[in-house]
Amino acid sequence: MDNLFVEKYCHIKNNSIFVDGKLVYADKDAEGLRAFAKSAYRHLKPSYNKFFKMDEISKLGFVAAEVLISDIELSSYSEEDISIIISNSDSTLVTDKNHQDTIDDFDNFFPSPKVFVYTLPNIMIGEISIRHKLKGENTFFIVEKFNEELIVNHINSLFLTHKSKAFVGGWVNQSEDDYEAFLFWASDKGGVPFNALEMKRLYNIIT
Amino acid sequence: MIYFKSSNIISSLGFDTKETFTSMLRGEIGIKSINNKKYYPEAFPASMIDEVKLDKEFDLIAIKYANTKKYTKLEKMLILSVVDALSKTDVDIKSKRTAIILSTTKGNIDLLSGDNNSFDSKRVLLWKLGEMIQDFFNNPNKIIVISNACISGVLAIVTAAMYINADMYDNVVVAGGDIVSRFVVSGFMSFMSLSPTACKPFDINRDGLSLGEAAGTVIVSRFENKNQQNIIFKGGATANDANHISGPSRTAEGSFIAISKAFAEADMSPNQINHISAHGTATPYNDEMESIAIERHNLLHASVNSIKGYLGHTLGAAGIIETAILLEEMEQNIILKTAGFENSGVSQPINIVSDNTNKEISCCLKMASGFGGSNAAMIISKG
Amino acid sequence: MEELIEKLKVQIIEQLNLEDMEPEDIDAEESLFGEGLGLDSIDALELIVLLEKEYGIKIQNPKDGQKIFFSLKTMAEFIQENQKGTAEV
Repeated sequence: MDNLFVEKYCHIKNNSIFVDGKLVYADKDAEGLRAFAKSAYRHLKPSYNKFFKMDEISKLGFVAAEVLISDIELSSYSEEDISIIISNSDSTLVTDKNHQDTIDDFDNFFPSPKVFVYTLPNIMIGEISIRHKLKGENTFFIVEKFNEELIVNHINSLFLTHKSKAFVGGWVNQSEDDYEAFLFWASDKGGVPFNALEMKRLYNIIT
Repeated sequence: MIYFKSSNIISSLGFDTKETFTSMLRGEIGIKSINNKKYYPEAFPASMIDEVKLDKEFDLIAIKYANTKKYTKLEKMLILSVVDALSKTDVDIKSKRTAIILSTTKGNIDLLSGDNNSFDSKRVLLWKLGEMIQDFFNNPNKIIVISNACISGVLAIVTAAMYINADMYDNVVVAGGDIVSRFVVSGFMSFMSLSPTACKPFDINRDGLSLGEAAGTVIVSRFENKNQQNIIFKGGATANDANHISGPSRTAEGSFIAISKAFAEADMSPNQINHISAHGTATPYNDEMESIAIERHNLLHASVNSIKGYLGHTLGAAGIIETAILLEEMEQNIILKTAGFENSGVSQPINIVSDNTNKEISCCLKMASGFGGSNAAMIISKG
Repeated sequence: MEELIEKLKVQIIEQLNLEDMEPEDIDAEESLFGEGLGLDSIDALELIVLLEKEYGIKIQNPKDGQKIFFSLKTMAEFIQENQKGTAEV
């Protein structure tokens, strides 16, 4: 029976992007996630106008996935065999508050579809799916902090029951004053052994 | 083997599955005109829980559990739901081999307005909501919270089955719930996707969905129910359209894939399915997409219904309460008519049930779709 | 009319997050939803919100949007015809 491995991983934190633990981009001057995401976008040049319509947390997830998937050979998989399993603690709280602001006052009542649609955490999964044409399993978990056991067990189960062959997984969170992303690519091609202990170690490589 | 042990529904039509089912059988519609500025400047149709009844029932349970903590409306709904479902089994909720999975899209989102001073603002966090439920029952495992738009409920059940098969647990209590709130009503209004009247799934005059609030529970187990008909989880999956974040794929791409994978896991073929519980939200695009998925899978022979015409779209609760109704339909061999439906308005000749029908149903498909291009499918059958 | 069109260009760029666009990039007669700006169904709903918020015009039926939002020019013409306080269409 094949096993899973973490083939590649990335962290985005403190206006810096790390791939496999190494710094690949930073913009210390960008103020806030919106500005940093734009800066990262300009650096990556994915040429994808839909990016600017996204809310901030989806932009964060998009950038992390862009960095992660850019040199993965996707053609060796069928689209439905690549799954996305992500988690966070705040769901879409920042965007939720933006939507709430448009509805608190009946004298200034203008709910906006483009804000509301982003008030679901799995929309980020949708944006990544659309960008990279990934049609496999989706799950979004809400946990107090990154739970390596939960993610590893879930992905292992999907893999061992042949529901999926490769995975984008991890943690993408935005709180009022901070943000953090940790995404990994798991497959049977080789890399770091896929288990809770190693997952915890990888997550904590960037603190 | 994964068995369905029991279920519960907390809704505008009843506080348990049988009561809700009986109301539906009588043709009662839980969707009513709601005229309350707390939710929206103008009146809109929705299925709402009787809060007086909810508080009264909950107070009785709180006494039984010697619990004096304060709980939000959604928490009360969820707790009552789980209590009732548990009471029909011998599952030990305090065991390490019992997990709780919670499905919700927005949780205690009514707290975001800041009008309610009774609760800490942290309560709006979904993991915190989960913790409240876990603590009430003293379950030793970290509660698993899934928030994946409108497929959350079906996804939670499929996940529960997967975890039992992986020998992580023996029993999983799958609970789901969402409330009607200004947050959600105004959001859907901005999408112009709410019908001005009770929704009409699959109908030629369908013009949008109706919102509903509910909580539901299904308990799945590796242990069968002795001395009664068992219904078994056969297979399930999710898949993404990879097409648009709010509109479904016109070719039902993700739904097609999810159903294919469910059949693969179940090791079954389409001709074995006698009935389909569709997502059937009554939006022009969703119902059309589902009809295409059904046709693409050679399932035109199967009867199809949607129960959203009775209780509306209950978001995080939907997949769970609709599965509970499906289990009841299978037990009683009665298919509920699709409330709100009169004449088909989808391009494929699917077999929509328009009258309550006595039919031996042994093998069913449950479908769900949601924002973010998400789709889920689950196959269950009599053992 | 010219002034309204220029104002609309700025408003659309902001409301729809058309980040890399300048007003001069948008042709008043080009189709908004086709090859031109490539707007989608959510953008169409956003334009409905824009019309209500900035011009006090309420559109009840999203299907009317197809004609009204064909181009900036048709949008401007519609606004001029209907902007008499809160006209309901």
